[in-house]
Amino acid sequence: MNVNKIIAWLRKARRLHVRETFVNLRHAKKLTILIHVIAWSASLIWIIPFLGVFMASLRPMQEIVDGWWNFDVFSPTFRGYTIAWTSPPDAPLSRAILNSMIVAIPSTFLPILVAALGAYSFARFKFPTRDLLFLAVVLLQTIPQQMVIIPIFFLTIRIGLWNNYLGLILVHTAFALPWQILFLRNFFSVLPVEVEEAARIDGASYLKIFYRIVLPLSLPAIASLVALQFVWVWNDFFFALILIFSPELRLATQAVASLHGRFIDWNVITAGSIIVMIFPIAMYFALQRYYVRGILAGAVKG
Amino acid sequence: MRLRKTVTPLLFLIPTLILLILFVLFPLMNTVYLSFLNKEDRFAGLENYEQIFDDQLFWNPGNLAAGRPPPYGALIHNGIWILIHLPLSIFSGLLLAVLLREVKGGAIIKSIVFLGMVIPMIVGGILLRFIYVNDAGIVNGFLRAVGLGSLARTWTAFPETILLALILGTVWIWTGFSMIVYSAGLEGIPIELFEAAEIDGTSCWRTFWRITLPMLKPATIVVVTMTVLWELKIFDIVWVIQQGGPQGASMVMTLLMFLQAFLYQGPAQNYHTASAIATMLTILTVGFAAYMVYRMVKI
Repeated sequence: MNVNKIIAWLRKARRLHVRETFVNLRHAKKLTILIHVIAWSASLIWIIPFLGVFMASLRPMQEIVDGWWNFDVFSPTFRGYTIAWTSPPDAPLSRAILNSMIVAIPSTFLPILVAALGAYSFARFKFPTRDLLFLAVVLLQTIPQQMVIIPIFFLTIRIGLWNNYLGLILVHTAFALPWQILFLRNFFSVLPVEVEEAARIDGASYLKIFYRIVLPLSLPAIASLVALQFVWVWNDFFFALILIFSPELRLATQAVASLHGRFIDWNVITAGSIIVMIFPIAMYFALQRYYVRGILAGAVKG
Repeated sequence: MRLRKTVTPLLFLIPTLILLILFVLFPLMNTVYLSFLNKEDRFAGLENYEQIFDDQLFWNPGNLAAGRPPPYGALIHNGIWILIHLPLSIFSGLLLAVLLREVKGGAIIKSIVFLGMVIPMIVGGILLRFIYVNDAGIVNGFLRAVGLGSLARTWTAFPETILLALILGTVWIWTGFSMIVYSAGLEGIPIELFEAAEIDGTSCWRTFWRITLPMLKPATIVVVTMTVLWELKIFDIVWVIQQGGPQGASMVMTLLMFLQAFLYQGPAQNYHTASAIATMLTILTVGFAAYMVYRMVKI
């Protein structure tokens, strides 16, 4: 093959290549625009209902009936928030929010402490039946709440913890343990053991190593657990519905459900909904990275 | 020293074991036990299980076979929920995960889509009822805007429409989960694979089918598992919208269990049939989860 022929062939190939990339670029640009249009309009489907609830919570009922997206008349009002916050007088939503705080904060930290102790034991100590026991604990997380609620109902009545926050907190704690132990054991088992061994040689007790070395190193994992567990407890309705009875003790989810039952005024209902959902949403945005990481780590277990 | 070595792990585990035995393991076994007793506390074999299948609210395939609208019974409703909700939420989550990678502001959209997973399901139910309500709901507003105003109605008020309306609504709520898992799955695919495909001149479509989708298989298993468990355990949304009505058209297993155990008065109130429903639900969730974990270990 002579050189000229090769050069001609190369030139042709290059021209072809250039044309191809040019076509690709134009094609790609069109595609990018198309993708943006599809993505943003699909996203509107998720944004609009939230926007609707927000708008309805600020407008009187007669304007909502015409559609909250209709702005011919627009008279914003906080009436819905005021009514939702203070009604009914004997057990207002404000009280329920406070109650939910009283339940959610201990129900967040107590299981993490218990699960961390348990997970540390599974991660660091060798004892007979360890793996079997660990498997059994992990399996318990697929048990639905409905499977345990009837005996728990009778048990809490018998030991005086029915209609009592301590009972609810203990139930939430126990129910959180399986997934938290799995999550923390996986985290502990990749922490370097050298530091702990050194501390051991210096004569530190296991408990001291646990809270002076292991817990501080585990703060990222604990942040994930705090975010997820707080939101889970705050959002729970089923346990609260059965274990908490007195109106003045009711939690936020129970209060908003009863608000929805008592009012036909969407202004009040949507305002109440926003008050109740703002807390988990705030927690999510405050710890977003940890929240998502926790969901993914929890999800990988299947 | 030898003693301390065996006692320490136990000490660390004691709080866990006490709580789990008292509030999970013991109640779990007790529920199974209750499901085999009759109301006089005598052993009844499978009587309770037969009884719930005689209950029209639990098992009513007659309407389905005759092509009539719901109620079909709680078990079938949960089944329909899985059949429709699972593919739709997987598809919409995957679509959003793939598209939003390329889009400016994608992270913000993802946060908003994910809010469905963060809000209480009670509020999620209220939100769904609000979008479906006749005059003020955006769904009917949209139908009127495109000239289909004759279809407008309160979608959650009729037995013919409530089940489908709730299923589609829960797709909206649950898409955030599959989107997040698929997004993480996409991040995990080595970029070299896409580059290699591009050099070989593989089309986008082919790349998606031949590279992206197979690489996402672990993510898919996770999404399918968690979604099916969620569909089986759904409660709050159904409770807050119509408490299983109208005429039982939105009844699900968890709700029927709750009604029989805690809400019904007189002879309809029955801890034993409620325990039987809970036991069946648990067999379904644990069985399915175990099967999926087995699938996951295999790949």
